[in-house]
Amino acid sequence: MVNIFEVYETNKMIEQEKLDVRTITMGISLLDCADSDLDNLNKKIYDKITGKAKNLVSTGREIEREYGIPIVNKRISVTPVSLIGGCACKTPEDFVTIAKTLDKAAKDTDVNFLGGYSALVSKGMTPAEKNFIHSIPKALASTERVCSSVNIGSTKTGINMDAVKLMGEIIKETAEATKDTGSFGCAKLVVFCNAPDDNPFMAGAFHGVTEGDAVINVGVSGPGVVKRALEKVRGENFEVLCETVKKTAFKVTRAGQLVAQEASERLGVPFGIVDLSLAPTPAVGDSVAEILEEMGLESVGAPGTTAALALLNDQVKKGGVMASSFVGGLSGAFIPVSEDQGMIDAVNRGALTLEKLEAMTCVCSVGLDMIAIPGSTTASTISGIIADEAAIGMINQKTTAVRLIPVVGKDVGDTIEFGGLWGHAPIQQVNRFSCEEFINRGGRIPAPIHSFKN
Amino acid sequence: MKKTIITVVGKDAVGIIAKVCTYLANNQINIEDISQTIVQGYFNMMMIADAGESKKSFNDMACDLEAIGDEIGVKIRCQHEDIFTKMHRI
Repeated sequence: MVNIFEVYETNKMIEQEKLDVRTITMGISLLDCADSDLDNLNKKIYDKITGKAKNLVSTGREIEREYGIPIVNKRISVTPVSLIGGCACKTPEDFVTIAKTLDKAAKDTDVNFLGGYSALVSKGMTPAEKNFIHSIPKALASTERVCSSVNIGSTKTGINMDAVKLMGEIIKETAEATKDTGSFGCAKLVVFCNAPDDNPFMAGAFHGVTEGDAVINVGVSGPGVVKRALEKVRGENFEVLCETVKKTAFKVTRAGQLVAQEASERLGVPFGIVDLSLAPTPAVGDSVAEILEEMGLESVGAPGTTAALALLNDQVKKGGVMASSFVGGLSGAFIPVSEDQGMIDAVNRGALTLEKLEAMTCVCSVGLDMIAIPGSTTASTISGIIADEAAIGMINQKTTAVRLIPVVGKDVGDTIEFGGLWGHAPIQQVNRFSCEEFINRGGRIPAPIHSFKN
Repeated sequence: MKKTIITVVGKDAVGIIAKVCTYLANNQINIEDISQTIVQGYFNMMMIADAGESKKSFNDMACDLEAIGDEIGVKIRCQHEDIFTKMHRI
């Protein structure tokens, strides 16, 4: 039977250390919606999503109430739209109608974001996928809740450099199309290498084609809990440090597993995975950067940062894996800049550069995330940054992603405010030397030698 | 039926337990265990309750108890037991 100290500890985590379940994301397959008539397609998509997810938000609230743990977001991910719309959509504008349908479905089911306006082009692009990618700027500018992602490479296929080049241009166009809101459209657009099929976190969530008709994935969080736990072991050796992270990750993940099972049962939808991620928010005490600093760094970005992040990421997984029957998604520590007050402070004090962030992405769970760069950055430079990240992912057999925001009209020294969970970000310096000739070569980078395992 | 954990946290005062217990008794909610302690100067009480016989829904019970808490100046929470057992037991 539980005792009062355990109850006190759990409630302290929730009330004072910001333990929460970051998201319940319902993955919905749209494969059975495919149609050659655009109006029919849109109708089928809307009906399927609003049918499957009609009780998602209310069920999330019920669970929140009964267990006393906040579930911050309720979201939906769908099959990559480029696959579903290929037959009906002849132009980028046709695809935009689907984005609007998704936006309406998201609003009518009351979820705050819907992911899956996506394309998987890690090896090549069909004409429909090209049209789709060209529709992204307008789709993100004319919708509120739709999130988009494009997978441009994988360890198995290599990197599609044509898509990398195109995505540099698309990010620029998206920034321009949403310049009135600080180029916010780019915050809803992720470029992946090795994108997971079951990621519950936005903006990169989509429902992979290997998934079932519907599934419940849950993303946990809890950087504040880990930070508080580490405060108690100041000065202790690495063994103690690692054990503390691991035990804390176990507890955090158990809460996520419970919520996932409950949601799955109540909604009558199979449980997919728990994503063991430390996802920061701009709120004080909810920062991954603060964990790294608690380990003994004066500031994130100092020498030792990559090692600290590597051990954090690994221990989170080790603790979390035992706590859940299925883990997946991105699982690890997120290092977005704008969404983490500790990261923002580190950039402002000159401790954290884009290059150091790139090094950190070799050992974290995702990549260069929510980084604001000057609006004057060229498309080829953005493509170069994407190619670097994709190369790290491809060679290290891990997911990497790029979510850069080239804020129109802003330059180094300025700050951009997105508000809410998205936070604010100082505009960061980008290396000024060109990679245009490299990006213009076209074609693809072959898969690495260690991908041939058959 | 899942057990409910009722926690009361706040400044100690006369009659806290009496008020909560009266409410539970009036609503056919059985108390299986009570423990209390002082943590950092605050009164902490935990009850393990079985609401299997009660006609109140979980939400109504939680709302009623929150209201009683507000009245006497303490924070009362109701949570299903699972959140604690899952987190602290393998």
